[in-house]
Amino acid sequence: MPVGAASWSFTEDDYGAILRSLQQFLYDSNARSALLVDRSGQLVATVGEPPQFDPTAFATLTAADFSANDQLARLIGETEFNSLFHQGEQESMYLVDIARRVILVILFDNRTTLGLVRLKVKHAVEELTRLFAEMFQRGREQANPPNILAGAEDEIDRLFQ
Amino acid sequence: MSMINYASREINCKIVYYGPGLGGKTTNLEHVYGRVQPNTRGKLISLATETERTLFFDFLPVDLGTIRGFKTRFHLYTVPGQVYYNASRKLILKGVDGIVYVADSQLERMEANLEAMQNLYDNMQEYGYDLTTMPFVVQYNKRDLPNAAPVPELQGALNPGWEVREPPKQRVTPDPYHAGENLIEQIPSGEWVERAPYFEAVAVTGDGVFDTLKAVSKLVLKTLA
Repeated sequence: MPVGAASWSFTEDDYGAILRSLQQFLYDSNARSALLVDRSGQLVATVGEPPQFDPTAFATLTAADFSANDQLARLIGETEFNSLFHQGEQESMYLVDIARRVILVILFDNRTTLGLVRLKVKHAVEELTRLFAEMFQRGREQANPPNILAGAEDEIDRLFQ
Repeated sequence: MSMINYASREINCKIVYYGPGLGGKTTNLEHVYGRVQPNTRGKLISLATETERTLFFDFLPVDLGTIRGFKTRFHLYTVPGQVYYNASRKLILKGVDGIVYVADSQLERMEANLEAMQNLYDNMQEYGYDLTTMPFVVQYNKRDLPNAAPVPELQGALNPGWEVREPPKQRVTPDPYHAGENLIEQIPSGEWVERAPYFEAVAVTGDGVFDTLKAVSKLVLKTLA
């Protein structure tokens, strides 16, 4: 791994627990879909109605949006804006921080309200924060995560011939 | 920070094009976008001003092939080059796996080049990233212009090399891209230095654009191997 870049990974069980938590939240809140995006702009998971847009571009812009707002928060003397809300005529988005590493993005329309989404997301955020805290802790304890590209130098060379 | 997704069998890596304003970072991405097969790339996202100056970043995801059954997906970003936008520029570096520094070869842009390089080192340091130990390549763009500075002069100013202290690394390592030149060598003062690989380019015509991208991508994948 590059020096300075923190790494983390999750198992299939973790992934299952994340999906279950988000599915329950969508059911309770009547929101359309939920996406988990890593702070560096990588899409981690999508639950609910499949998005009709380019999810990669969406994840990148989400991370940028959140980072820019974090800096704005600091400028006005706050440590962070824990959540952001973007309101549209039909579709709206609610973004909330999870364990300072991941962003939960909720897409919802007129079938629900911001109030309900905010109320129901609290429980999901608590659960996800706990799950991610465990994953990061495990990441720190594992000195060497499994390396799928070990010994693949020749294959990498061939790819760029 | 590269992300390996076992479910979709993808390796995602982040490469940032850095450099002075109007140096050709966005042009690099536009050329890549225009030349790769549409099924191997995503959308080119540009957050730019009305005059097409990058305001926040440009973003282009491209697939470069498969290794060990994993699709290698590179997220290419540019930063806004203008000095004024440092806060935004720094945000883009978060989680970076590889850097391409795009220099403007024109003699009169030397100061801007130096300033941007210093700014890159400073911003990386603030994140705790060490540029000397991560995938890093330098591109000298606009080689077609009559006022382009000679490459040795640019190398001396922008890529003079950093000291190699670890004895195992202190051995002559040839530059695979330039015959007769070395990436790691002992300079007359006795010190061992390492330089970043460099490429000459004319981004508007595409010369050198893919050579640069391939070199940095290869270095990034090798850090995972």
